[in-house]
Amino acid sequence: MIPAPFDYYRPTDIAGVIALLEEHGDDARVMAGGHSLIPMMKLRMAEIPHLIDLQDVAGLGGITIDGSEIRIGAMTTQADLIDHEGLAAAAPILREAALQIADPQVRYMGTVGGNVANGDPGNDMPGLMQCLDAQFTLVGPDGERTVAARDFYEAAYMTARTDEEVLTCVSFTAQPGGAAYEKQKRKIGDYATAAAAVQLTREGSTCAAASIAMTNLSDVPVWSPAAGAALADTPVDDSAIKAAVDAALADIDPTEDNRGPVKFKRHVAGVILTRAIKSAWARA
Amino acid sequence: MPDKMHIKVTVNGQDEEFLAEPRELLIYALRERLNLTGPHVGCETSHCGACTVIVNGKSVKSCTMFVGQANGAEITTIEGLGSPDALHVLQETFREHHGLQCGFCTPGMITRAHKLLEENPNPTEEEVRFGMAGNLCRCTGYQNIVKSILAAAAQMNGAQEAAE
Amino acid sequence: MKDEVESRDDRVANLKGLGSARKRVEDVRFTQGKGNYVDDIKLPGMLHGDFVRSPYAHARVKSINIDAAMALDGVVAVLTAKDLEPLSLHWMPTLAGDKQMVLADGKVLFQGQEVAFVVARDRYVAADAVELVEVDYEELPVLTDPFEAMKSDTVLREDLEDGADGAHGPRRHHNHIFLWEEGDKAATEEVIDSAEVVVEEMVYYHRTHPCPLETCGAVASMDKVNGKLTLYGTFQAPHVVRTVASLLSGIEEHNIRVVSPDIGGGFGNKVGVYPGYVCSIVASIVTGLPVKWVEDRMENLMATAFARDYWMQGKISATKEGKITGLHCHVTADHGAFDACADPTKYPAGFFHICTGSYDIPVAYVGVDGVYTNKAPGGVAYRCSFRVTEAAYFIERMIEVLAMELNMDAAELRRINFIRKEQFPYQSALGWEYDSGDYHTAWDKALTSVGYDDLRREQAERVEAFKRGETRKLMGIGLSFFTEIVGAGPVKNCDILGMGMFDSCEIRIHPTGSAIARLGTISQGQGHATTFAQILATETGIPADSITIEEGDTDTAPYGLGTYGSRSTPVAGAATALAGRKIRAKAQMIAAYLLEVHDDDVEFDVDRFVLKGAPERFKTMKEIAYAAYNQAIPGIEPGLEAVSYYDPPNMTYPFGAYVCVMDVDVDTGTTDIRQFYALDDCGTRINPMVIEGQVHGGLTEALAIAMGQEIAYDDLGNCKTGTLMDFFIPTAWETPNYVTDHTETPSPHHPIGAKGVGESPNVGGVPAFSNAVHDAFRAFGLRQAHMPHDHWRIWQIANDLGLHD
Repeated sequence: MIPAPFDYYRPTDIAGVIALLEEHGDDARVMAGGHSLIPMMKLRMAEIPHLIDLQDVAGLGGITIDGSEIRIGAMTTQADLIDHEGLAAAAPILREAALQIADPQVRYMGTVGGNVANGDPGNDMPGLMQCLDAQFTLVGPDGERTVAARDFYEAAYMTARTDEEVLTCVSFTAQPGGAAYEKQKRKIGDYATAAAAVQLTREGSTCAAASIAMTNLSDVPVWSPAAGAALADTPVDDSAIKAAVDAALADIDPTEDNRGPVKFKRHVAGVILTRAIKSAWARA
Repeated sequence: MPDKMHIKVTVNGQDEEFLAEPRELLIYALRERLNLTGPHVGCETSHCGACTVIVNGKSVKSCTMFVGQANGAEITTIEGLGSPDALHVLQETFREHHGLQCGFCTPGMITRAHKLLEENPNPTEEEVRFGMAGNLCRCTGYQNIVKSILAAAAQMNGAQEAAE
Repeated sequence: MKDEVESRDDRVANLKGLGSARKRVEDVRFTQGKGNYVDDIKLPGMLHGDFVRSPYAHARVKSINIDAAMALDGVVAVLTAKDLEPLSLHWMPTLAGDKQMVLADGKVLFQGQEVAFVVARDRYVAADAVELVEVDYEELPVLTDPFEAMKSDTVLREDLEDGADGAHGPRRHHNHIFLWEEGDKAATEEVIDSAEVVVEEMVYYHRTHPCPLETCGAVASMDKVNGKLTLYGTFQAPHVVRTVASLLSGIEEHNIRVVSPDIGGGFGNKVGVYPGYVCSIVASIVTGLPVKWVEDRMENLMATAFARDYWMQGKISATKEGKITGLHCHVTADHGAFDACADPTKYPAGFFHICTGSYDIPVAYVGVDGVYTNKAPGGVAYRCSFRVTEAAYFIERMIEVLAMELNMDAAELRRINFIRKEQFPYQSALGWEYDSGDYHTAWDKALTSVGYDDLRREQAERVEAFKRGETRKLMGIGLSFFTEIVGAGPVKNCDILGMGMFDSCEIRIHPTGSAIARLGTISQGQGHATTFAQILATETGIPADSITIEEGDTDTAPYGLGTYGSRSTPVAGAATALAGRKIRAKAQMIAAYLLEVHDDDVEFDVDRFVLKGAPERFKTMKEIAYAAYNQAIPGIEPGLEAVSYYDPPNMTYPFGAYVCVMDVDVDTGTTDIRQFYALDDCGTRINPMVIEGQVHGGLTEALAIAMGQEIAYDDLGNCKTGTLMDFFIPTAWETPNYVTDHTETPSPHHPIGAKGVGESPNVGGVPAFSNAVHDAFRAFGLRQAHMPHDHWRIWQIANDLGLHD
């Protein structure tokens, strides 16, 4: 498995990245940790004549927590997420999810930015970020703009990011309450058979608001407002959970693969979501 | 054909310089240019971990890193962990507890275990199993690998306590 | 003198002989990254080869255009079938008496088949050139189902003459390979037809792959000056490779040196000869330079030898009390595009007829139909003796199904049907002579150790709790009692490509009392350098630490048939013991001379010969070795060397009792292995540490196979499991801890009583895991569900049983 030849660039600032993207258009791609891209290049399923490595670009790293406002630089690795005690206190679901991604070596290289920007329906962070209502910051020739995670994904590997833009950071407001990320996979290193991110807030014995997203059950991550609404103003009892699950299942569209047929995936999606809701509620 | 890159790396404490195509994978640079044939190619898709080395303090699967990405890095391979006269504790405990059979996964396994014990000097069995889940072995069934790593941790902690 | 003060126990311990948990000598290199595997070999001027492979499972190759590839800077040659044909190397013989295309000759028959071989300056240029070779294909209908293939008008093997016999007799359809039968069909059918109880079941053992962590590869180096070819490669049988290479290439055998360096796991994958080896040789001959070919993981999984793919239709009959009266089995064996099974010539279905298992079954019949399909060729013994895993899985499933029908406990059903200790040597209905065993003792020990009765009580309570809606997890108790048949084999019955399946050992004792021994086998991780030295230490009295073991270089090692089918210990281990005894016999004469007594007056004692009745008078092996070289002893040749070629009188029959306790989540299909107990009886135990390691490893491969590992194809013959994302290999996280145990029933015919162990845990492990899954659903009526038991298939079982309603 040998990739086709390419030119390699390692710019030190965003302007340099954007200049390269403008110059080479479709023929250029940025690379963060490379653990999605490099295997595709080795299999020659992705040919990239101009490869732009982001590792030296200033300002793309770091996790900042300002009250409930959380900002994660695109080059933050899954390992960084897991190790960050402040983040674990402010938004523990990130550590919970990151620990379920790939394996230790891959988590050392795999980044939040790469995970959300790639548009791979198997990646875990997109669904999680939709659940958290995160905003993605994109920088391009025309400056900076933000796109909500919930508006970012168009189809498999197709996103709102244009070829000349770079995703530089992910930000969101940490919510009070409980959250959980549940994932079923065949083994460590596998993508999800089904995964669910749930965040909910409690007022007394009822749920004030809920956000639910699911991973690898469609060609894009699925944020289900209907599922969240089904939990709101309920005591999160069995009938409310069932309503939420039914609503979420109406929004997913899994396809058959080696992990199993559609009927199985839909069933497991319901089970995993039920578990995630119960877990989040217990933490709320 | 793109220009070759001028690569400078420090491997096992030695400064190395060479010209390489950007698409050259780090594993081949180590194995074929620097003759460090300890790390192996097993799956090529970052699942098996036989190619594991340490790059700038991180456990990395070197089959999934271009040599350009590693330019300027400090790299440690199995060859840098111990010497015939002074084996690394893990090299001793793997032998003591039969933590290897065909030996093909072993360099990656020990290199990852070395880093794991830096991350967590006193792991539980479960933490060892989770922390080693990026390395596949077809021979041992892992039980003795886990035993070897726990034994190394105990020895290293014992030595630490003795020193204090 | 040190010897004077050493106790006899000290001297025994010092030898590190049989029974010692000696640390492995190999590990010193391996732990430091100083192994030497094929891809580590680098020769001056070495070129790299890479294959153009077929994207289609069945297509006519209309044209191949190599011009663009040849024009690329750094490309030295592009070989196609047309280039190989003048050398008669475009096809090659398989181990099963069939022939196989080396490079596509007119058509391709499976996805990933080798079409052209690019040779270039380095691996990067070779990979680029592969992309530039233009192949024009015309797609043909694809057959991936062996039952369909036997009905289809589509002819897969146009090279075979219609209606002509194959290597194993008549072929009744153009996609048929052979029908192989054993046992008394009429008598079996009569017993079954009139039996009190009969159960019938289709048991499928799915297609999988040995997938050693190191893929296959070779470095061929033709020295045109002196006409010598050196071939390094991942060969489990280097001597056979040399013979085949000579027969194919016409190079005289003495001019070929085959070297198996360190091998990164084999598990049967590295027994056969692959097109990559042949093309490397040809390319080296053509270019005059060394040529390296190392496949990648996708190539390994898609194109090199698969394992299993047996559809086993079984009938078993019994009395109402549960005494088995007969067994009938018909197998439809999917061999893929070429019959490249690694089996002894006489046995196209290997030793599948060990399928009466550990039970005293009076009459039985087996028929196996081999069938061609558009899948990769193979059918190798993946960590088992030839087709023994299939046989063990078949009988252990049939027993469970029969237990259900009889409403009996499956452990008890096994107990009442076991071959009894006093029946050994036991003649099976299908023609084997089981050498020794004590199944009841092993079974009772296993069941007691796991607390079997308590487990069954807990399971029954769990079922009740499940029915009350208190849990969604069921509990399965997977039982397995297996008998392996290893150590092929008597030369009168077993050969590979005409080479009798003996093995060999050659020993040289050096003047200072250390030694080197060379064998015809080759370790792929089993630790031969450690354990064979232990056998020799006990036999010769020379400490294991003073004995070098060497294998794998055909210029230096004696001829042998290699390592697979757990044959190293039973065959080469026996040769080693017997060669050691020859050394000892000569040493006895030397000792007697030195002590100035008659040969019969001295006897061997650990590491020396002592004067009978006067043990203070002795000569150590060290002294004897020196004397062999520095004294003129009347009537005795100088030197101390021995060679033994061992033709075993029979196979050996290791056995074991395994219990797996598993929780099964009915809603997600996930499982949790709570407990796994493995009792192995491999006869005399050479090194308990190595045995335990072999058991752990074999069980983990069994876990993989039973719970998720498969080579799967879609309807177009596309391989769906070509990377380690989809081809299931468990990590440390998914793998449980195992409890190992043993009984020890020596083989009566093996010189040291050893039987072999490396493959037992895979043979016995798969039914244990699979039976646990089945057993979890027994209360709900599940009789048979096909492996692999991955999440969705377990979920499907529950769904089909109505457990999600």
